[in-house]
Amino acid sequence: MLFRLLLVLVSVLSLAAPARAQSNTVILSTTTSTQDSGLLDLLVPMFEKKTGMTVKTISVGTGQALALAARGEADVALVHAPSVERKYVEEGKMRNRRLVMYNDFVIIGPEDDPAKIKGMTKATDALKRIAETQSRFVSRGDKSGTHVLEQGLWKQASVEPRGSWYIESGQGMGQTLGIANDRRAYTITDRGSWLAFQKRISLPILVEKDKPLLNIYSVMEINPANGPRVNTAGGKAFADFMVAPETQAVIKIFGVDKYGQPLFVPIAGKTDADFQ
Amino acid sequence: MELIGQGLLQALRLLVSGDPEVWQITWLSLRISSTATLLSLIVGVPLGTALALAHFPGRGFVVSLVNTGMGLPPVVVGLFVTIVLWRNGILGMLELLYTPTAMVLAQLVIAAPVVTGLTLAAVQQVPDKFRLQVLALGASRAQMIWTLLKEARLPMLAAIMAGFGAVISEVGASLMVGGNIKGSTRVLTTATVLETGKGNFDTAIALSLILLFLMFLVNWALTWIQQGRRV
Repeated sequence: MLFRLLLVLVSVLSLAAPARAQSNTVILSTTTSTQDSGLLDLLVPMFEKKTGMTVKTISVGTGQALALAARGEADVALVHAPSVERKYVEEGKMRNRRLVMYNDFVIIGPEDDPAKIKGMTKATDALKRIAETQSRFVSRGDKSGTHVLEQGLWKQASVEPRGSWYIESGQGMGQTLGIANDRRAYTITDRGSWLAFQKRISLPILVEKDKPLLNIYSVMEINPANGPRVNTAGGKAFADFMVAPETQAVIKIFGVDKYGQPLFVPIAGKTDADFQ
Repeated sequence: MELIGQGLLQALRLLVSGDPEVWQITWLSLRISSTATLLSLIVGVPLGTALALAHFPGRGFVVSLVNTGMGLPPVVVGLFVTIVLWRNGILGMLELLYTPTAMVLAQLVIAAPVVTGLTLAAVQQVPDKFRLQVLALGASRAQMIWTLLKEARLPMLAAIMAGFGAVISEVGASLMVGGNIKGSTRVLTTATVLETGKGNFDTAIALSLILLFLMFLVNWALTWIQQGRRV
């Protein structure tokens, strides 16, 4: 009886732990938005087929994605918080930062627009108005790229968001959109998530197309000095893949079939200066 | 309500159409959690039996520890197992993080105290007199323990159900140590979180229903063993 149990156990265990050469594995730390949009489900298999490597995509907030990479727990990072990224590059934790694509953030809110921000051209003015009228606003509050951008905007607007009108969800974009919808509140979201949630939320876009609302994604390689076992070659291969012309061509049309418009604009080869 | 109806339809559609990803996720959930439960039996049954029969100073303290462990928060387990398995961690050289094996390990940590605690309770509820009688009839100590465990098999199966139920339904640890990687470490619970985050509520409900159905099937089989042998 005991022997039979052990036999079953060993066979099940050997199933659960398939032997796989780890040096052939690339750990990609990235943000929830790239994963949720479905873009990586398309690109990762392309990369795996091309190189024969296996990608482990760990999709978390940008803050955590960069922190993991800085500890050498990932091999390549695909994130969207330029100010934080530059800091990591300066510190030598990350290197070879290259722009990959952008989409944009939009400020959405209830139809009746209590703060009267509809059509304003400057995002910072809109936020000032929301704070002045103490209209409900839902923040991600999770150090994600979206949260970092939002905090930057508040800073530019010289407003310290605080009070019962300012709600921190601490969750991903999807859940945050749900909360904003239920509480009839304003929030900042990337356009892709807003499009993906059209069926579930009824908050129209009120402010868009302001320069600071650009959402730029870059790919960075990890300094091997960050920790043992960093797969430098694998990380570089994935970074190169993200800016390669054929990948950029896929990004250019991604989302057209589902939303009638592309979700990202490929920008490989450009620099931050092009978007100032 | 309409949404739940849609979810039910979606669940049926996914299962009947034989959606390979859903089947793979379901099979992986079952495989990981059964392995973890089996391992937790190997650890928990001897430990629980020993604790039930032994007398030593500080026994009350150890039993309290086990009982606390029965309610270990999965996220806490996930966090610590992650840190241990990091490339920079104590077991980093094994490169186990973000693999199904890591998930088995985390689930083992969650299930083992449950099995230990319930085994302890199961063995203790067998009257002392029974034990003495078995010994008096000339049984060796090993034979006595075997008889005792056989006597306690009904609550022991409840221990297996509780251990399995705890790990197949947990999401915090699986998400952290597994990373929810498509085709590799995505299980029913983590896939449900992902689909909810994507706003695919009908798929999320479908996955939840599949999880509930799976748990029912396993418990039904275990109950059949538990109650069937009785007659």
